Amino acid sequence: MTTEAHVQHPNYVKIWAILVALLIVSLIGSMSHIRAVLLIAAFGVAVVKAYLVAKNFMHVNVEKRWVPYLLIVCLLFIFIFFAGVSPDVMKHSGLHWTNPSADQPAQPGAAAKHE
Amino acid sequence: MSASAKPIANTRSGTGIPTARLITWWVIASEIVIFGGLLASYIMHRIGHPEWAESASHTLTWAGALNTFVLLTSSLCAVLAHKAADAHDGPKAAKLLRLTALGGLIFLCIKGYEWTLDIREGFVLSSGGFWSFYYTLAGLHGLHVLAGMIIMLIVAADAAKNQELQRVECIGLYWHFVDIVWIFLFPLLYIAR
Repeated sequence: MTTEAHVQHPNYVKIWAILVALLIVSLIGSMSHIRAVLLIAAFGVAVVKAYLVAKNFMHVNVEKRWVPYLLIVCLLFIFIFFAGVSPDVMKHSGLHWTNPSADQPAQPGAAAKHE
Repeated sequence: MSASAKPIANTRSGTGIPTARLITWWVIASEIVIFGGLLASYIMHRIGHPEWAESASHTLTWAGALNTFVLLTSSLCAVLAHKAADAHDGPKAAKLLRLTALGGLIFLCIKGYEWTLDIREGFVLSSGGFWSFYYTLAGLHGLHVLAGMIIMLIVAADAAKNQELQRVECIGLYWHFVDIVWIFLFPLLYIAR
């Protein structure tokens, strides 16, 4: 049994070159002391790189429609998990509760962040 | 081996997608939940613990960047193997798959070197929350790289004989997913400080 081509193969070397260029951009951006630049260089570029790999190497865009739906639903589950749990983890106190064991070690870091 | 001698799961495609590829997508979907859950947990803890920035500053950015380059290049080899398999050129696909596996080996060697330095400096799994996540995330990812390499070499052995070429695309899909996971691990563990 052999494979049956279901995709038009683009110029993969060109896409690889773009991905390497984006890696260099993220490295240059990581040297910045401006937080916004750092975050965009780190995560904005990562999202673009992941998109390029999924589209051009995994060919998600030419796959049957429900495959991207399946992947999106899984990502949605992660988002729901994050939305539900993160308020309790990211904050160390609330209206009727405190978490001193988490708050104590976080204090020096939080202070340094605001300096 | 003729198509009729194959298990029915390998020949049917009721969904419009060959079953082997369909299964690969399901594996990837489940992996999204596994890695997504871990990454989401790391992000929320990282935001809640600004003091982890000091720990993160000890990771070797150059090693992470080099590993990103290696994985991107191995992904290129994997997709070129898929292209060769589509052209029914099994030996070429096998050669490219072996190159992909070599990329995985280089990745693991760099990771091993990096971990050796970290451990020598006293940063181990129990050194703090950041290091727990660092070793768990990178370790789980490394295991996926190792598994992918082993499967890739098995697929390459068949592909070299022009057999089971449909598997070349499937292992490629898995490998690209492992690459995408690293694309997110790199900024989270090495850049965000």
